[in-house]
Amino acid sequence: MFETVLKPGAVGEDSRFRETYLKAFRWMVLARILDDKLASLYRAGKIHGGVFLGRGQEALSAAAGVSLQPGDVFAPLIRDAAGRLAFGEPVIDAVRTFMGSPLGPMRGRDGNVHRGRIDQGILPMISHLGAMISVVNGMLWAKRFNGKKGMVGIASIGEGATSTGACHEAMNQAAIEKLPLVVVIANNQYAYSTPNSRQFACESLAERAVGYGFEGHSVDGTDLSACLNCVGDAVEKARSGGRPQLIVAQLLRLCGHGEHDDASYVDSRLKSNPDFRDCLKVAEDELLERGWANDELISGWRAEAAKTVEEAVATTQREAAPDPFKEDWSALSTRHLCEGHD
Amino acid sequence: MSITYLEAIREAQARALADDPRVFIYGQDVGVFGGAFKATKNLANQFPGRVLDAPISEDAIIGMSVGAALEGLRPIIEMQFADFSTVGFNQIVNQAATMFWRTTRICPITVRLPFGGTSGSGPFHSQTMETIYAHYPGLVVMTPASVEDAYSMLLEAVAIDDPVIFCEHKLLYYHLKAEKLPTEALPVGKARITREGRDMTVVAYSAMVHEAIAAADELALEGYQIEVVDLRSVKPLDTDTVMASVARTGRLLCVGESWPWGGVTAEVVARVTQEGFGLLDAPPQRLNAKDTPVPYHPNLWAAHRPTARRIAAAARNLLRQ
Repeated sequence: MFETVLKPGAVGEDSRFRETYLKAFRWMVLARILDDKLASLYRAGKIHGGVFLGRGQEALSAAAGVSLQPGDVFAPLIRDAAGRLAFGEPVIDAVRTFMGSPLGPMRGRDGNVHRGRIDQGILPMISHLGAMISVVNGMLWAKRFNGKKGMVGIASIGEGATSTGACHEAMNQAAIEKLPLVVVIANNQYAYSTPNSRQFACESLAERAVGYGFEGHSVDGTDLSACLNCVGDAVEKARSGGRPQLIVAQLLRLCGHGEHDDASYVDSRLKSNPDFRDCLKVAEDELLERGWANDELISGWRAEAAKTVEEAVATTQREAAPDPFKEDWSALSTRHLCEGHD
Repeated sequence: MSITYLEAIREAQARALADDPRVFIYGQDVGVFGGAFKATKNLANQFPGRVLDAPISEDAIIGMSVGAALEGLRPIIEMQFADFSTVGFNQIVNQAATMFWRTTRICPITVRLPFGGTSGSGPFHSQTMETIYAHYPGLVVMTPASVEDAYSMLLEAVAIDDPVIFCEHKLLYYHLKAEKLPTEALPVGKARITREGRDMTVVAYSAMVHEAIAAADELALEGYQIEVVDLRSVKPLDTDTVMASVARTGRLLCVGESWPWGGVTAEVVARVTQEGFGLLDAPPQRLNAKDTPVPYHPNLWAAHRPTARRIAAAARNLLRQ
């Protein structure tokens, strides 16, 4: 979708990196604008249920999304709008799912971040943290069983999910089966309101990689260049038959857990800590500094992204709400085995 | 030649593996060892790469099978004991059971649960889990009581496009025998009248069918004809067959090995009362295990679960009303 570059660059690695960087940056911009719009719709009472944003996590998320190829698997975290978009999820899927449109992928049956496109390898998460990792394992295992090669799966989780038994079981399982899995942990310092100090006691979650038989990496999650390099390398290692990979990114959630949450519990020292800058601003500064874009070009990208989001919202708002009388209340695909009570 | 309930389960899996290249088996000790009960004996050798030992990770075992099903495979999962499926419960009820309804993508996994009490097995190797899985939408729950049903229903479980909880009773594994494997079967979702009678209907499933038949034999000596209905699957529950039987007999006793609060027996009684109150000549009755964990010692265990004697006693009370 995004092919624009400002000027022809040097040949080889640098130009490829620049292209990837520009693509990732534009997905970050689109994700931020989409999230901002969803937040406005929530405040205007247009969205039922929660709204969960990825503000401050777009660099890591976009890096994951652009590292994947068709045939790969992505199990996103609730803050992965950027990665989803980069891996091919249309903007309107997000809007329709948040607004409960029957034309969305979840048809009003499930909402907000619980959406996916299984045919394209995007898994619709359940709410239970850590539970998607073993499902990614199963998809990778089955692809290999079916004779496919060269695929990768990314399971994206937060530091909170690392405390679950499901996460432990699935990481151990992936290593046993030698699966091309990359677990990306966004350590955004808080699991809802619980700080790192009440979540784990090891120095860094990346240390756990050794115990599982993974290769571990730490990265500055606010730095798009670092994220692209780290995630890109890990994905390529997994794709080419290396051990499963664990990436731990340090960043700060620049919003509440959901839009209902004012995040007053976030330590003010973290907010002012230069290590936890806004990744979008950091990326924009780098773009300008490297001369890969100018203000005018970036403004154009923003305007284009805003138009895409506004169009998706306008389309969705014209769509009828789900009709309970037309709903097929069958939880089984085998219709004659449904109990059939109204 | 005769074949046991357990051998029928092994044979059904061998046939599923042979007939369908999408089928694989995953579970603890199911590989070369052949499973804790030998339900997968020799299958790892016969079907290389398709019968896999799993780590002790019930959550990840089910999660992985869901992912494989989404890629078009047909996993058969062996939970070593039904009791341990509680560790994989989240993946079963929230991941597998919601998948079709949420996404329109089918999730054809078969979860084999060696379940039910055997003497000396104690609180954590004896549980019946059908009630808790039947409660959740999106699951089919089978409870075969015969060698023939164990074979044909397991094959059907693998063929069904939805997640199936296959409850196989450990007490029946070695002792229940048939002459040969069946070539035809009742469809899943249909109950069977295992024994005809005009005086009372006893509804049962899994191992309790055999206790009910023994009770019916005892009562036959006293001149009563007891009809025994084997539910075969508890979800879907074949209310029609139960109602038709109650319409003939006017009396209902429902027997389950699970705990008394709620469950299959309560569901059957509720449905018959709601839809067939006028058919009843006496208040419908339920008989379940006692409301404690399943005990270890044989004396305690035998008193904890419904037995032919307890069923016959309950039936006599009901016949007198």
